[in-house]
Amino acid sequence: MDTQTRIVEIVRQVSGKPIDPAPDESLFESGVLDSFTLADLVSALEQEFSLTIPDSDLSPRKFDSVARIQAYLQSRT
Amino acid sequence: MAYLRAFGSALPARIVDNAELGPMVGADPAWLLHATGIGQRRFAEAGETVATLGIAAAKDCLSAAGIPAAEVGFVIVSSGSAEKRFPGPASTIAAAAGIAGKPAIDLPMASAGSLFGIALAAQLAPRYGHVLVVASEIMSRVVRMHPAGRDTAILFGDGAGACLVSNETGFAEIVDSVLATDGDFAEALRLDFDAPLYMDGRSIILQASRKLPRVIGEVLERNHVKASEIGTFLMHQANLNLMTRVAQALGVPAERFFCNIARYGNTSSASLPIAAAEWWNGCEKPLRAPIVLAAFGAGLNWGAMLARPV
Repeated sequence: MDTQTRIVEIVRQVSGKPIDPAPDESLFESGVLDSFTLADLVSALEQEFSLTIPDSDLSPRKFDSVARIQAYLQSRT
Repeated sequence: MAYLRAFGSALPARIVDNAELGPMVGADPAWLLHATGIGQRRFAEAGETVATLGIAAAKDCLSAAGIPAAEVGFVIVSSGSAEKRFPGPASTIAAAAGIAGKPAIDLPMASAGSLFGIALAAQLAPRYGHVLVVASEIMSRVVRMHPAGRDTAILFGDGAGACLVSNETGFAEIVDSVLATDGDFAEALRLDFDAPLYMDGRSIILQASRKLPRVIGEVLERNHVKASEIGTFLMHQANLNLMTRVAQALGVPAERFFCNIARYGNTSSASLPIAAAEWWNGCEKPLRAPIVLAAFGAGLNWGAMLARPV
């Protein structure tokens, strides 16, 4: 499974919605994520990709779309 | 050593329910309750100030403690919504409460200011004896009561709380506290001069969701106490969902977190002692289990405190 597919699967899990967001679609503006599911998303990303996301990286903009999440994860490798 | 001796509170008489607030901010009252868990809040009347509410809370606390004002050795007042750049409300509150000639300092800290004040009081009590911590906020005057300000205006209310920390005795000994600050997110929650309160809710919730369970866990772990052993968690009443999530992260029932946000909303730094006063007035005495106080807010500042029954 590629990174983007894994991210989409995590977004589906934490949002509880069977969505298929476009890579650049804002997950906040479309109502997929809210403040609390964002926190769940970050925790799920840490678990799925075996990394620790420092608090200093916890800017919601970095997790606003599948493409941005992917870019962030790539920046950590 | 330092002890929690008593709590007190003072709330404006004016109750603003969702039916009254909804039209002010262009929101459906039913949605307000669903979105925030807040059914009503208190708004200060025209003649009330941060100081007048603080004075009433201070007197309520001293009355509950049975300590004459003249015996208080130090006063700390937290507020993020004080009306003046200086002086802050501490000197006015101390004078009006009858605490003359003793040091009275301001902590211009919203949200976590009362917790930081109590933690400082615990350090000061061995030298100054009875240290009175007051937190007073009039948030209704710093938010924008307009549809454009809806997302923040619906969250807040006004009120004041107080806590007396004593070097002699109390109902619980302050065992330890962990305080922290992260200025990287200072802009996420702020009140600029001549502007309404600004809050990046996503950043705040995201940071709080991570930092609060961590700091509570830290103070418990280093004192060899399990979360399951805590009788009551007294937390800054910022958000019902946040409290539920912190409880989940700690593995304790949400019912262990005392919650009165439905009746008062978020009263910023005053919310912790207001909640503590309500809990303390209604709890079974003497205490049988340790308690934890915790708060998070603008700064970002956050922390947790452990206190054990004496």
